Amino acid sequence: MTTSVIPAPTRPWVASTKDRLFDIGIFALALVVDLLLVAVTPMKGKLAYVFVFAIAYVTLSALRQFIVRGSASAKDAFVSSLVAFGAFVTLLPILSIFVTVIEKGSKGIHLGLFTHDMSMATPTDPLSNGGLLHAITGTLTLVALALIMSVPIGILTALYLTEIQGRFTRPIRFLVQAMSGVPSIVAGLFILSAVLYPIAKNYSGFMGSLALTILMIPTIARTSEEVLRLIPNDLREAGTALGGTQWRTVAMIVLPAARSGLVTAMILGVARIAGETAPILLLTGGGDKVNGNAFNGPIGSLPYYIWKSFNAGSPESITRAWAGLLVLLILVLVFFTIARFLGSRKVAK
Amino acid sequence: MSQTFVEPSAPAPADAVPRDLTTKPRFSDRVFRGVVTTGGLSSLAILGLITIFLGYRGFEVLRQEGFNFITSSTWAITTDDAGNVVESHFGLAAMLVGTILCSIIAVVIAVPISVFTALFLNFYAPVWLKKILVSVIDMMAAFPSILFGIWGFLVLMPSAEYWGKLLNHYLGFIPIFHVPASYFTRSPFIAGIVLAIMIIPIITSVSREVFSQTPLDRIQAAYALGATRWGMIQAVVIPYGRGGVVGGAMLGLGRAMGETVAVYTVLNIVYQVNWHVLFGAGGNIASLIILKFGDASPYEIKALMAAGLILFLLTLMVNAGADLIVKRFGGNKR
Amino acid sequence: MTDSTESENEKMDTTIKPSSLGDVASSVTRRAPGTMAMGRGLEARGIHAWFGKNHVLSDITLDFAAGTVTALIGPSGCGKSTFIRTMNRMHEFIPGTAMAGEVLLDGRDVYAQGVDVTKIRLQIGMVFQKPNPFPSMTIGQNVLSGLKLAQLKVANKDDLMEECLERAGLWNEVKDRLNAHGGSLSGGQQQRLCIARALAVRPQVLLMDEPCSALDPGSTLRIEETIRHLSDSMTIIIVTHNMQQAARVSDYTAFFLSDNGPGQMIECAPTSEIFSRPRDKRTENYVTGRFG
Repeated sequence: MTTSVIPAPTRPWVASTKDRLFDIGIFALALVVDLLLVAVTPMKGKLAYVFVFAIAYVTLSALRQFIVRGSASAKDAFVSSLVAFGAFVTLLPILSIFVTVIEKGSKGIHLGLFTHDMSMATPTDPLSNGGLLHAITGTLTLVALALIMSVPIGILTALYLTEIQGRFTRPIRFLVQAMSGVPSIVAGLFILSAVLYPIAKNYSGFMGSLALTILMIPTIARTSEEVLRLIPNDLREAGTALGGTQWRTVAMIVLPAARSGLVTAMILGVARIAGETAPILLLTGGGDKVNGNAFNGPIGSLPYYIWKSFNAGSPESITRAWAGLLVLLILVLVFFTIARFLGSRKVAK
Repeated sequence: MSQTFVEPSAPAPADAVPRDLTTKPRFSDRVFRGVVTTGGLSSLAILGLITIFLGYRGFEVLRQEGFNFITSSTWAITTDDAGNVVESHFGLAAMLVGTILCSIIAVVIAVPISVFTALFLNFYAPVWLKKILVSVIDMMAAFPSILFGIWGFLVLMPSAEYWGKLLNHYLGFIPIFHVPASYFTRSPFIAGIVLAIMIIPIITSVSREVFSQTPLDRIQAAYALGATRWGMIQAVVIPYGRGGVVGGAMLGLGRAMGETVAVYTVLNIVYQVNWHVLFGAGGNIASLIILKFGDASPYEIKALMAAGLILFLLTLMVNAGADLIVKRFGGNKR
Repeated sequence: MTDSTESENEKMDTTIKPSSLGDVASSVTRRAPGTMAMGRGLEARGIHAWFGKNHVLSDITLDFAAGTVTALIGPSGCGKSTFIRTMNRMHEFIPGTAMAGEVLLDGRDVYAQGVDVTKIRLQIGMVFQKPNPFPSMTIGQNVLSGLKLAQLKVANKDDLMEECLERAGLWNEVKDRLNAHGGSLSGGQQQRLCIARALAVRPQVLLMDEPCSALDPGSTLRIEETIRHLSDSMTIIIVTHNMQQAARVSDYTAFFLSDNGPGQMIECAPTSEIFSRPRDKRTENYVTGRFG
């Protein structure tokens, strides 16, 4: 046989060191052009730097390709830099938001934040007074209540869409989609008009969580539907073939198999509503004291606290708002990361 | 077909009907199906109830104002000391125009950036970078809107105001970039930028999804014909994904129209129709509701309910359109 | 093995530049097909291929003389498709792949540093297993899509379109509906449209990866006729599972086999020899249907 010596695998299509050096050279050249142009011309500011650099880089790299390989490659290089620039522009606000929230929020973070509420303090007081306890407990209460109400409805909707292929499957899927676009303020107004004014007649955490439920159902229903679709049909057929009723098949085979995916759906739903502000402003009344009773009286929450502090307008209160945002952001990110982690496993074995 | 199984001795009945294959479901299954169907219909019930209740509460105002409710832009109420309404004019025109204007600005800014980002993620980025970016952008979609609002007001506003001035300076001859007075703070343009940042993740993920479904054999065919990457995208990916991008943009439009807190923080609400996007005066239905809710009289609350109904129907229409477009073009053979 | 003269070599040895292709295109139509300059053909030198750590193709050295049809046969998974995809550098699209060896087109390595891969693919065309016309384009636009993609200019597009469709054996069926969409054709017609599309950029070599496996016998026959006609003017490499097809269309046949290891070429010989008196026992087993 001829396979005496196997040569080392190579990847001739990967850019060579020379190409890389050229790329770096173009990058550096664009940077120089950028600095020079901004220094010489009346253009100024961060925006000028970014845009002149982008234009210089795009032009130079396209020009190089034009010289080496012709116009088609030049266009290709032009678009390559353009789309990369687009992705950069997408990332810019995320980075800015992160940096700002951490930088400004960390100034307002202290231990007392988690042991005190604002019943003895106003937002404009020195930062060491008062805390977030009422807001954190309030948000957790609202989220827990919304979860209890939306999970059954959301999962039943998903089951209807996947397990019962009825006449209404398509319209219902359409309606769930439409429901996910309901503005949060409209959900708030609806609960206001349908429950708070005629029945409850008073602000409470429960009112807020009713509105959050409306916003949460479509997220849970759609994510659960996707998960239930991943359950192979043979599992269902195996269940029915063993003589199980549909109910038993779903309860004992389909749902357990989708368990971690359903948990992901719930957590994504929580991440979606934890920072929801508009309906909270309309419905919860936003107390400053820890309120353990979700069904009676105003209840504080992180978004309400942030809103109130921000609108108070003093340097202290704005720092409070940033601190509240930092806590809220961490909360949302923790939920989001857990959902991602579970979601990567999709369907349990 | 059914006659194959009929005994030869027994003559086939002239009116042979296919046998009904459905068995009568057991009791437990009927309960199960009933419960699941009820749950499934909940979305119908909720959407219906929203329409009914907002319509019921707002009916009085809608009847009194008639078409003026969406064509006039005065929003004023006078009450006597006892709280009785003396005179009231509720017109949503400025808010309606403002809502649509800000959302369109947002979509115009967000669509190219999102499409570029989606193309970058699908066809240019190395795998490790793609994974990180997709997580980060999805995460951005979960940021609370109040965060965008406060960040937009305190961090973005100074820069955005300057960009507005630049646009006005160089492109001021175009009517929409004209300003009646040199006041650039809290303009629809700035609200549009904040909304654009908020909807970029949605449009990006819809576009990415559609682009990634481009059939591999067509991509290979283009490359095998000597196409560059951009040539391939132009010939194969864009014709395939165009409809999906339009649907994603409409989805973003619906989201932008319903956004409340973020817009309220960065937009100056003025009861006058304003088409000058750089001028610091705008309108927004959702923000109006938040603005007026705190000290509204019961009658004005009814007007706010009616405004909410209009907003609800508007977003419902846009979302329905988006859904139809995505279904029609996204993910099927064309 | 080459049947072109030295002077023709000199002329065609340069890679086609976009600007010069127009001249080639317009002059070519005036020549009889058999006299078309075809270069020196394609040579594979010690080709290896990997998917990640998986060594899938080992040390393939093969010459494809200009104007010949070579069939690659062998059981599934023996690396035939991978091999032809290394020829026009389509192999590198799969993440984590690697290769070793050289592919010489007119004596020049297509993997050399600084080679423009898009120009390589213009000279080495490809037809895939499943017909894949661009559905957003009309039949006519499909034929000319390669020119548009590579931004080549041609003097008379209509003549080129007619010529390519004619050579692909499709002209008579579609000449009245060039503005219909590519998807409106039958599977066999779509595949011939894909062949016409590949011809429009005037490749020297045409790679065909099981072009008939998704088609009915009638369409298969039409495509085989087309291949025989095309071999007058270009070098063709065809991967096929169908041994009768290999016997019908090819001048040379190479037998590939993977023996629980990387795919190897067992033998390559004129087609009549492979099917009548193969040198290797394993080839004999395969072509007589005793295995595979």
